Amino acid sequence: MSGNSTAIYAAPGLSFEAEEHHDHDHAGKALSGFWLFMMSDLIIFGLFFATYATMLTPMSYAGGPTPKDLFELPGAAMETAALLTSTLTFGFASLAVKYDMGRGKVLGWLAVTLALGMVFLGLEIREFVHMFAIGAVPERSGFLSSFFGLVPLHGAHVTAGSIWLIIMMIQIARKGVDETAKSRLARLALFWHFLDIIWIGIFSVVYLGGIA
Amino acid sequence: MTQEFWKMVLGRLNFESLDFLKAFYDPTLNEVILTGAAWAVLAGGALGVAVLTYFRLWGPMWRKYLVSVDHKRIGIMYIVLAFLMLARGVIEGVVMRAQQADGLGGGFLSADHYAQLFSTHGTIMIFFFAMPFLTGLINIVVPLQIGARDVSFPMLNSVSLGLTVSGAMLIMISLVLGKFSTGGWTAYPPYTESTFQPGVGPDYWIWSLMLAGVGSTLTGINFVVTILKERAPGMTLMKMPMFTWTALCTSILMVFALPPLTVAAGMLAYDRYLGFHFFTNALGGNMMNFANLLWLFGHPEVYILILPAFGVYSEIVATYSGKRLYGYGSLVVATMVIAILSFTVWLHHFFTMGQDANVNAAFGIATMLIGVPTGVKVYDWMATMYRGRVRFSVPMVYMVAFMMLFVIGGLTGIILANPSIDFQVHNTLFLVAHFHNMLIPGLLFGMLAGYTYWFPKVFGFRLNDKWGYVSAYCWITGFVLVFFPLYIVGLMGMTRRTVAYTNPAYEPWMIVSGIGGLVVTVALATLVLQLYVSIRDREYTRDIGGDPWDARTLEWATPSPIPAYNFAVIPHIHAREAFAVAKEAGMGYQEPKKYSDIHLPGDTYMGVIMAVFGTGFGFGMIWYMWWLAIVCFAVMAVAFVGRALRGDRAAVIIPAAQVEAEHRAWLERVRKLAPITREHEQDGTNYGVAAPDQGAAA
Repeated sequence: MSGNSTAIYAAPGLSFEAEEHHDHDHAGKALSGFWLFMMSDLIIFGLFFATYATMLTPMSYAGGPTPKDLFELPGAAMETAALLTSTLTFGFASLAVKYDMGRGKVLGWLAVTLALGMVFLGLEIREFVHMFAIGAVPERSGFLSSFFGLVPLHGAHVTAGSIWLIIMMIQIARKGVDETAKSRLARLALFWHFLDIIWIGIFSVVYLGGIA
Repeated sequence: MTQEFWKMVLGRLNFESLDFLKAFYDPTLNEVILTGAAWAVLAGGALGVAVLTYFRLWGPMWRKYLVSVDHKRIGIMYIVLAFLMLARGVIEGVVMRAQQADGLGGGFLSADHYAQLFSTHGTIMIFFFAMPFLTGLINIVVPLQIGARDVSFPMLNSVSLGLTVSGAMLIMISLVLGKFSTGGWTAYPPYTESTFQPGVGPDYWIWSLMLAGVGSTLTGINFVVTILKERAPGMTLMKMPMFTWTALCTSILMVFALPPLTVAAGMLAYDRYLGFHFFTNALGGNMMNFANLLWLFGHPEVYILILPAFGVYSEIVATYSGKRLYGYGSLVVATMVIAILSFTVWLHHFFTMGQDANVNAAFGIATMLIGVPTGVKVYDWMATMYRGRVRFSVPMVYMVAFMMLFVIGGLTGIILANPSIDFQVHNTLFLVAHFHNMLIPGLLFGMLAGYTYWFPKVFGFRLNDKWGYVSAYCWITGFVLVFFPLYIVGLMGMTRRTVAYTNPAYEPWMIVSGIGGLVVTVALATLVLQLYVSIRDREYTRDIGGDPWDARTLEWATPSPIPAYNFAVIPHIHAREAFAVAKEAGMGYQEPKKYSDIHLPGDTYMGVIMAVFGTGFGFGMIWYMWWLAIVCFAVMAVAFVGRALRGDRAAVIIPAAQVEAEHRAWLERVRKLAPITREHEQDGTNYGVAAPDQGAAA
């Protein structure tokens, strides 16, 4: 097969043509790699979701609190509002980068995003403190273990994303919105929106599903 | 007060943890073996340090290897790690065979020691022999086969290696300090929960796998992007060499199959460290979740291991048959089908654990289906050999043994795929015989064949053939002697993972198996001897032209040993098996019209930082030295942030003039060498330039 198809080429098999100065497209490669990382991460979340779903049985409540006893909508709704708004403000930061609106605007929107992320984390921690106070600790039952496996995992991701945001803000403040910053911001944006999607899953499965 | 202080510093570590002193207050054979192993690790480490110091190799090792991001150097380090761990794994296996040969009503090992042996043997062979070896081969070969200068993320590559090394270090430390898990390489809870094993054993398992697992995930990401984005101009997907295809599928599997392992080990860590109830007996834990998570990783892992070996065999069979690979398209499709089906069969590892018969039937059928693409491959390889002029070189010996033995192993797999039969032989030595029959001919022989095949490309001289043959035949005979008896005793009902037995009918078979263990030991020793002889006699096996086997793919179109930049000029690809096509047209060694400057990625400390502080982090977690774990984790995190803020290290620029001079000099040497025919492949006259094959088959 290979023998026949080469007949149409001047050089059989391989040739050394003048090397066109091709751009190495580092940003594109990094973005591809990051997509793969997120797919991998998504499987981790998927398995924690699956474990949580299998733990929604009386056996796994082990006589302890059930979702109905624990979850209430207002708190979760506030967390959702904070996180969804932060994804919108990150979008504004991305637009500011895209249309070269200047370092100030980019930094400003990133700061708002960071603040909203902090609000989200604060609300989440408040919820956990409350749960601990009423004895709904992970050691209590399989169900609570799976809750504290899933939801704080998302929280840890938001924390990591927030640290990344701070690093990006330092970098942009020092060096401006250069190509490296643009490439990294694109990945951070992807990550931040990804965490939003995970949260929507948590909101639907854990909180809405728990109250229903 | 001081006691409190030392408890904080040393955590759980105390006088009883020191394995290397045990035999002195309890000199039974069992304890002597335990202590001897600890001393062997300490002595091996000391010997390594002494050799490096005596030959003043610390500097070169640091500069050329440890901080290097060159994919070939990283590959070599992976393979060195794999061989070291192979030695330990094989010795452990042989000790187990010896124990069972002597095991009628007793034996010389305690049950606890035996349990540690099969746990570390499995863990090491899968995660620290097989994974590093195939990762090393992929590292060395894939960028060369696709015409790239390096991988997409060279620094990340070094990080992956560092994490793998830290996992291996923890496993080695477990020989010296404390007991390893006795829960098998699968570490099923609730037995591995702190209720039943409160010590450090399962924690060793958790952290070494966690670290190595993250390293493998990153490797997977790296190579998917490398293969999809770094191919030379003209190399479409369907022009990629078969090994690159299998590397792509393995990398995809690594990205998607390693996370379940991370989750399973992570949840077990939650249970053990924080008192969660994911898998405990009490308060609503569910150990079936662990079985599902582990095998959701574990089954694709089998194909992560086997696919690169299939790739090696595909390259070898074409080269040594002097024919192009038969059925390339079907091999690609079969590889992809295997990669996808590998996610649909995990439940056959626990047919007996209580699910519905219909569920078992569905997974049984899926399991039988996955045999089909594998069968396609075997036929393709046979058809490649058919009417080829087959040379029985060392890699081909491995290949032919593989084809025969692997089919037998596959057939026993089909037997096990039937749930009703599986109920009879589950947890017997029949199963042990089956998976060793898949992994030794499938994986180990493939890796050794690939090692022999690509060795001259990397080091510039061939391996000694005589000792290669001896080693190959010893591996093959040893394998047959060790594992075929296990099929028989398995059918007789002998359970796996038991230290001793009372049925005298097993004994003759166990003795045969033990003798096989001796043959395998000889095989391992001859492998070492082969390397020694090869290095000693390297002047007689020089590979200068870079093509000692009249091979077909792009990596052989380069000088040996291969320069850091791989290709003087990136070639344009017009055909599958491009180098073979070029050689047929008499254009194997063309002079590029124009040379350009070459940019190579700069060195990095990140790999070393990961290896050292990853080990420290794992060690701190295992022994409850929280300060150590926190400090090491912080160092790793700060290293990443610092690296991000500072940016990449400056690239190394090799000027066009230098590249031109080196390449011209090599072409000049190639022109002066006499091309040799295949009859002289193993002679001292084979300097790596192949004569045109006059009788080449279509």
